[in-house]
Amino acid sequence: MPTIVVEVMPKAELLDPQGKAIAGALHRLGHTGFSGVRQGKRFELTVDGPVDDALLAEVRTIAEDMLANTVIEDVVAVHSEELETVTAGETH
Amino acid sequence: MRVGVVTFPGSLDDRDAQRAVRLAGGTPVPLWHAAHDLEGVEAIVLPGGFSYGDYLRCGAIAAHSPIMAEVIDAANGGMPVLGICNGFQILVEAHLLPGGLIRNDHGDFICRDQRLRVESASTAWTNGFQQGQEITIPLKNGEGGFLADAETLARLEGEGQVVFRYLDVNPNGSVNDIAGIANAGGNVVGLMPHPEHATEPGFGPDTRDAMRSGIDGLTFFTSVLRQTVLA
Repeated sequence: MPTIVVEVMPKAELLDPQGKAIAGALHRLGHTGFSGVRQGKRFELTVDGPVDDALLAEVRTIAEDMLANTVIEDVVAVHSEELETVTAGETH
Repeated sequence: MRVGVVTFPGSLDDRDAQRAVRLAGGTPVPLWHAAHDLEGVEAIVLPGGFSYGDYLRCGAIAAHSPIMAEVIDAANGGMPVLGICNGFQILVEAHLLPGGLIRNDHGDFICRDQRLRVESASTAWTNGFQQGQEITIPLKNGEGGFLADAETLARLEGEGQVVFRYLDVNPNGSVNDIAGIANAGGNVVGLMPHPEHATEPGFGPDTRDAMRSGIDGLTFFTSVLRQTVLA
């Protein structure tokens, strides 16, 4: 089953309290080699038919309009398992 | 005067909001998220809670529910809409208010009686307050950190759209201590603290006079009743 993957991250300039808490826990566990952690989201949209450019464009729109809130998050990647990785940055 | 209170799956404070409307002298009208019908109401409250379990982002899925099409049309047409806590998150996700809300900077859920300053008494929901008046109402949230880009923030501050500011302590890392904002028309207001929990003596925040006697939240609801009578 073809799958379109959307990756969303909190905007780099914003505080990510979840990532900060994870970084603190890592440090307490003795994993001291990491200066920071940021936590994002990965969405997997399963497709019944073939993945074409139109469908990828539709998913990019969905990603910007619903899967991410672009006030606080960035869509960092939209790609299909069967196609070459297309990053959000390359498509604009 | 009929004030609608929308119940989404996971709303918690819808009945408290209905009670607040009743205590203010209005008629609460329960509205259901899946209906495309505002049932002739003249104002709308989006209540607090955890709609859709905060899945995706707080308020994100509720913002796309059927009744929101009518709520957005009504808000753009000037109808008073108040979003409390999760309702505020729904309003920003529906783009009826600018900015965004993220997890509290300290990472903890916070529940306290919160002092606020009323920065604008010229909205549909605050016209019964004095400009600069200090009030106390409960605050309870995990994702109440308000933020906006510099341009939006300058517009909110410059145009008097900051309606409430936190006093004493910034409980969640909100930029400029912002607790609540309005749209340009002043009919749409969103805030993280809960006015509907401070509307009946005996069930509100403590005051200097007596325990749990605080009813500062009632003025939100009497304001909108007055507003619609005048309009």
